[in-house]
Amino acid sequence: MNDYNENPLLEVKNLKKYFPIKKSILKRKTSYLKAVDDVSFSIEKGETFGLVGESGCGKSTIARTIIRLYNVTGGNVIFDNQHLENLTDTEMQPIRKKMQMIFQDPYASLNTRMTVGDIIGEPLDIFKIAYGRDRQNIINSLLDKIGLSSKYANRYPHEFSGGQRQRIGIARALILNPQLIICDEPISALDVSIQAQIVNMLQDLQQELGLTYLFIAHDLSMVKYISDRIGVMYLGKLIELARSQDLYNNHFHPYTKALLSSIPIADPEKSKNRNRIILEGNVPSAINPPSGCRFRTRCVYSMKVCSEIEPELKEVSIEHKVACHLTNK
Amino acid sequence: MTRDIIKVKNLKISFFTHLGEVQAVRGINFHIKNGEVLGIVGESGSGKSVTALSILKLLQYPGVIKNGEIVFGGEDLVKKSENEMNKKIRGNKISMIFQDPMTSLNPVFKIGDQITEAILIHNKISRKNARKKALEMLELVSIASPEIRVNNYPHELSGGMRQRVMIAMALSCQPDLLIADEPTTALDVTIQAQIILLLKELQRKTNVSILLITHDLGVVADICDRIIVMYSGLLMEEGSTRDIFYNPLHPYTKGLLKAVPTPEISKENRLLTIPGKPPELLNPPTGCPFAKRCPYVMNICTRQLPPKFRESEHHYTMCWLLHPSCPIKD
Repeated sequence: MNDYNENPLLEVKNLKKYFPIKKSILKRKTSYLKAVDDVSFSIEKGETFGLVGESGCGKSTIARTIIRLYNVTGGNVIFDNQHLENLTDTEMQPIRKKMQMIFQDPYASLNTRMTVGDIIGEPLDIFKIAYGRDRQNIINSLLDKIGLSSKYANRYPHEFSGGQRQRIGIARALILNPQLIICDEPISALDVSIQAQIVNMLQDLQQELGLTYLFIAHDLSMVKYISDRIGVMYLGKLIELARSQDLYNNHFHPYTKALLSSIPIADPEKSKNRNRIILEGNVPSAINPPSGCRFRTRCVYSMKVCSEIEPELKEVSIEHKVACHLTNK
Repeated sequence: MTRDIIKVKNLKISFFTHLGEVQAVRGINFHIKNGEVLGIVGESGSGKSVTALSILKLLQYPGVIKNGEIVFGGEDLVKKSENEMNKKIRGNKISMIFQDPMTSLNPVFKIGDQITEAILIHNKISRKNARKKALEMLELVSIASPEIRVNNYPHELSGGMRQRVMIAMALSCQPDLLIADEPTTALDVTIQAQIILLLKELQRKTNVSILLITHDLGVVADICDRIIVMYSGLLMEEGSTRDIFYNPLHPYTKGLLKAVPTPEISKENRLLTIPGKPPELLNPPTGCPFAKRCPYVMNICTRQLPPKFRESEHHYTMCWLLHPSCPIKD
């Protein structure tokens, strides 16, 4: 599967991540939870790639596997022309300098016993980049960048609000001048008015520093707003991939349709008049996924072939891929 | 005119912490009509959940209802004893569902037993009939094969199903009012859509009044008849869903509505933000609490709390911009 860019910043090819399920006292591996199963996509330099899906669909697992917080079960992760899947921890370290992560919960991702200055500056210590006054200057310039006064450097995380803490998390991710930032639900834990502040800031930073984002969220309206391209995931599989405007205007996969139609719209008239597709039932378990197409158990268009053959992710129009038997004829 | 099912008058709630008195709710008035869905929107810390808890008198120390009346069925709930609340009101006349269904169900009892228990407490019927009723309730909330599910423990159910069980339990005694505190926040979008649809259907079937607390404007637009907007313990704006969405008057309501991206908005347009953050409620400002973040702030805003101005029959807002002699006009 070739993408449209010859030289993407990040390329994920047939990525698999299985978690063994150990049963009994003998701790034998009896089965696997296939959290991510054969997913491929690529991200260009300067692009924002959105990954959406419901909880348990594997979107966070992908993020953690790319940055090698998890080991890869199969497939390739190519970052800046370098294969990451088999690197050791020591070999990974210089790569992590170019690839940083922002987490969902700004309360849990900051060490409560460190001052904000030390939290932001810790990467500098780890990579032995700057000391003393230099270090302080770098920290201050970052605090300035995220809109906090440099006098806050000596305060502790509990003294800040959720939005401010998320800014601190962003500053920590930015301090090593990374190329790729993986945002794992960076705004889900924040209030609406604060969400917009953070999203605007992420966009300003992207323009200023030429950053590339992998943006993971379940809030589709926000993902659509911030992303250039979006991948929709269901139960460990990528089922649709398109430019974000295209995905909203002509989506093909029944799951994408249902997902988009279940976003609550903050407009009573539109909300009353629109055609809602409400899915029956729940997402099946990833330990024993349905045969063939994984969505068939909840799909209204399910046919015989859906249970037999797994649909491939195929191109339906320019830069638009869908994995569904309805369109893959 | 339909009658009011509940009337909250000048409610004030404070938390007495070691730092001092945190004024979480600072004098709010509202009512819910029979068969109506009222939404309370506001950000974290605006006092929306405490208001809901105080209706059932479930506030825990150091939270105290300092002042006000909650008139329900002709009686003031604030004056009722714990015993009376338990026997007559909680779970019977007014019931509540919470954000996280996992923590609100008892993990060591089967869900059937939990619903049966709720029914037995408030009705004089046999255990067998109560169980039958529990089955009916599970059917009502569209749980597939209820005869099997009654014997499940909460951990065997998915998040969406647990919330259905909670709703079944809450409605099992035909309450007059259902308080739903962020009932869909912990759920995925497709499951959220299922639960909202269910609530709408049940509301139509049973004509129960619903007080829905949420921060999601999309959810209120979908289900509510009327909306109140809370900000730092005050009721900033009150009106029909159409009023709030199509003719918002308070700058805070306007800001909230603009901060949510609509499907039409593209990356080139920036999202409008509300700069700053809400004030500390330990020492709330004397003027309007939104003054510091408000783009239209005037001198009077920082000095004096605005009164309630009336725009139309059911549309009120607390903002000096509505004062007849205000120099700023749209």
